Amino acid sequence: MNAPASSSVVSSAVAEFALRKGDNCLILGHRNSEWCGHAPALEEDIALANTALDLIGQTQLWLGLACEAEGKGRTPDEVAFLRDVSGYRNLLLVEQPNGDFGRTLMRQYLFDAWHLPLLKALMGSADRRIVEIAEKASKEVAYHLERSADLVVRLGDGTAESHARMQAAVDFLWPYTGEMFLADALDEELAAAGLAPEPGSLKAAWQEHVTRTFAEATLKAPEKSFAQKGGRRGVHSEHLGYILAEMQFLQRAYPGANW
Amino acid sequence: MDAATISRPAVAEIWSWLGEIPDPEIPVISLVDLGIIRDVTWADDLLEVTVTPTYSGCPATGVINFEIERSLREHGIEKLVLKRQLSPAWTTAWISAEGRAKLRDYGIAPPVEGTAACAGALRPLEVSCPRCGSLRTERISQFGSTPCKAHFRCTDCLEPFDYFKSI
Repeated sequence: MNAPASSSVVSSAVAEFALRKGDNCLILGHRNSEWCGHAPALEEDIALANTALDLIGQTQLWLGLACEAEGKGRTPDEVAFLRDVSGYRNLLLVEQPNGDFGRTLMRQYLFDAWHLPLLKALMGSADRRIVEIAEKASKEVAYHLERSADLVVRLGDGTAESHARMQAAVDFLWPYTGEMFLADALDEELAAAGLAPEPGSLKAAWQEHVTRTFAEATLKAPEKSFAQKGGRRGVHSEHLGYILAEMQFLQRAYPGANW
Repeated sequence: MDAATISRPAVAEIWSWLGEIPDPEIPVISLVDLGIIRDVTWADDLLEVTVTPTYSGCPATGVINFEIERSLREHGIEKLVLKRQLSPAWTTAWISAEGRAKLRDYGIAPPVEGTAACAGALRPLEVSCPRCGSLRTERISQFGSTPCKAHFRCTDCLEPFDYFKSI
């Protein structure tokens, strides 16, 4: 393979990778923002909005990289607002409906406990741009994980009602966690090029954190489960379409609208 | 006239102008106190100002860039470009001593080492109340009025206050 072809292959792999990272942040950020003005306590309302803000900021960085690596002149806004469901590359976990506050927190925790080790690993990427985004985002995500883990423990080991709700959240969300650790051809290519860790290599750190937190929270992970998958190749649950309908309405109804 | 020599104020002078621009959310400290201005250099007649974001999604970023541009234009700089630099990532350790004192006077406890986003494990924080100075304070919420702040309460004077989180 000649050098230019090889570098364009790497660029397209980086673009697709950045799209996956950006879409996770965008959809989870949007989900969290749905709580704005509706959370059970003012402090939690603010915390959810701030977490959403961090995630949307990280989205801009990742989608910015996706556009740069893709080299087609698209902007992050176009990528966010003008793709349909099948173009989205996020994990199914992050598009699941908010449910009650417990389910929202559990979804955040299960994601954070994966997100932080992922970003730490990406700080060793062969691509300087990935390293820079990971370095920035990891500082914010450390706070996300501290908060979500703390609340999982407080509510899991709380009242009978809060415990039951947190356990129901675990049971509902668990099948969506396996997808985080599955590798496809792109993941293998990225790992071989030293651009990103093998997804499976993050499992031990995640498992260790979840086991420790659940023990403290008196929650049980299901013994048997299966992994729902498809998000990274654009096969999503019905919920994503509703998110996009709300998120993209303005740009579709009034193309190019600006503040 | 030669455009390259017509008006190239000294870099030190430009730093002093930037030191007069208040942070849009915490107007008692300047952008220089905050430590987000990374570099000021001339490339011929083009002034390059390198800025780093505090938090990825900080809504003040746009306003900060606007204020830098407006201030420098008011000082007669015609050709300038703002560059974003992510790495090394901004850390609260870069907030100047003067900036910390101003934060405290304003009622915001300045950052101390040893929180979630810093290297190492979680350790108990010694955040002193900006009103009465007591170290008997407790955290109410990880997130305060902005992503960069947490919400605390003093158990001596009973006043709530903002704590500028360490990252």
